[in-house]
Amino acid sequence: MSAANRFRLPALTPRFVPIWRRHFLVWRRFWAQNLVGNIADPLIYLVGFGYGIGAIVPQVGNVPYINFIAAGSVCIATTYAASFEVMYSAFSRMHVQRTWDAILAAPLTLDDIVLAELVWAASKAVLSGLPILLVAGLLGLWESPLALWIALLIPLVGLTFAALGLPFTALAHGYEFFVYYFTLLITPMAILCGVFFPVEQLPPTLRMISEFLPLTHATALARPLLLGSVPPAIAYHAAVLIAYTLAGFYLAVILFRRRLQS
Amino acid sequence: MALNGAPLSVQGLRKSYGANEVLRGVSFSIERGECFGLLGPNGAGKTTTLRLCLGLADADGGTARLNGLPVPERAREARSRAGVVPQMDNLDPDFTVEENLLVYGRYFGYSDAEVRSRIPQLLDFAGLAGRADSRIQTLSGGMKRRLTLARALMNDPDILFMDEPTTGLDPQARHLIWERLKTLLAQGKTILLTTHFMEEAERLCNRLAIMDHGKIIASGSPRELIEEHIEPEVVEVWGETASEWGSRHARGLASRVEQAGETVFCYTANAAPLLASLEGARELRYLHRPADLEDVFLKLTGRDLRD
Repeated sequence: MSAANRFRLPALTPRFVPIWRRHFLVWRRFWAQNLVGNIADPLIYLVGFGYGIGAIVPQVGNVPYINFIAAGSVCIATTYAASFEVMYSAFSRMHVQRTWDAILAAPLTLDDIVLAELVWAASKAVLSGLPILLVAGLLGLWESPLALWIALLIPLVGLTFAALGLPFTALAHGYEFFVYYFTLLITPMAILCGVFFPVEQLPPTLRMISEFLPLTHATALARPLLLGSVPPAIAYHAAVLIAYTLAGFYLAVILFRRRLQS
Repeated sequence: MALNGAPLSVQGLRKSYGANEVLRGVSFSIERGECFGLLGPNGAGKTTTLRLCLGLADADGGTARLNGLPVPERAREARSRAGVVPQMDNLDPDFTVEENLLVYGRYFGYSDAEVRSRIPQLLDFAGLAGRADSRIQTLSGGMKRRLTLARALMNDPDILFMDEPTTGLDPQARHLIWERLKTLLAQGKTILLTTHFMEEAERLCNRLAIMDHGKIIASGSPRELIEEHIEPEVVEVWGETASEWGSRHARGLASRVEQAGETVFCYTANAAPLLASLEGARELRYLHRPADLEDVFLKLTGRDLRD
């Protein structure tokens, strides 16, 4: 493939919709198991950490620990769901089941397929993040209707982490490869990005690193919204998330073109 | 619709992967309604040729036109009137037979109602009527291949690409696929077939091209290839003393003699002297038959293993 061809901007068209519907149909077949798997883990974290650690650490800032961790739980559940989908599931569709090959025989393109993976992973992330947000509401953890804005933030965080994971999928030769991603990127982010404790607790160097990590900007938006205030610097945090999304997606498309169409 | 001109024509296709030159200038053209076969040992470049024809990879050189459109520039549109049966089954394992077709039809932009109206006919053609709700795992290899064929016919394509369509199937399943392909040809469809089954090529193809090491080394109708490249009669001889008999007698009596393991292949225009000689050699067993495509293939590509 010529260089110009490989680096051309991805074509964003509604042709991705039938592919998205295919993924949705598979999900619907196993929806009960899927939902339980997506929701149970972060819910256990929320309730367990919230009430367990909350009993020892009664206040973070001026709020009970469970109120503090609720926003973090929404963000981390969204992050994990998007990342798992673009790595294990998308890799299996591309490499193991050869679903992508079947799609490419139709009048669709690799751009359509990668866009469908991105949007689908974000959709699954919503299916993980949104229930946590609702449960937090049921537990009385919404301080004001501002919390509803998180329902808009979740899809953006889903897109960001889908786009961040896809380039690694394009480079993977087996499922083992994804362990690196989760161990070296996702786990540090879970610790450094204000999910379980405020980033202000970190030493200056780590805090600086944390400023560059997308999850920090997700929690920076979600937490104030859940605690009843308008977040400072909304445009900045949103811009960082959008920038990661666009850059990750573009890089992914280039790498998939190199892998599959050269 | 580009009804004039060949459904597929390629000129001087070249493709390398690193230092490996997979295609070294491949040219051919397929007429509407014909079955064109690409034959060749493993690694000859057949599958790469198909990928370039469909615009799934860019050639390093040469041009291709599919359904009247330049490929890969307008490959997506060109594929909307092509059907593909891949070498490896890639049906959706989580779906039923019907869901596989429904989902695939949507890829072509058809409405669900449109796809559903086509499904009974497609299942009927594939011999899968009554199996609409079966899960893929419950289908035999032959059924899966027929479903893949039905899926490839979803858009009523003008040209079908079939990459080794009967590899791995038992004879019954293979014959059924051949019958279906003949029906499609009778309907006026064009087929590009890759295979390394000579019988398949001989039965189905109007014309074929034999590929090796990234080049077409011979082409024509099966009959033409046999007449042009090989002596009309073959005597195969085997047994413990076959090789000794071969070097002592056969070389003088046949125009060409080849040995593979314990079997001696004698190619000739007149087998009578060979058969007379064999009358006297009771310990040898032999088979006298007309030359076929496999003889041509082995003569042109050699008897060495390719894997």
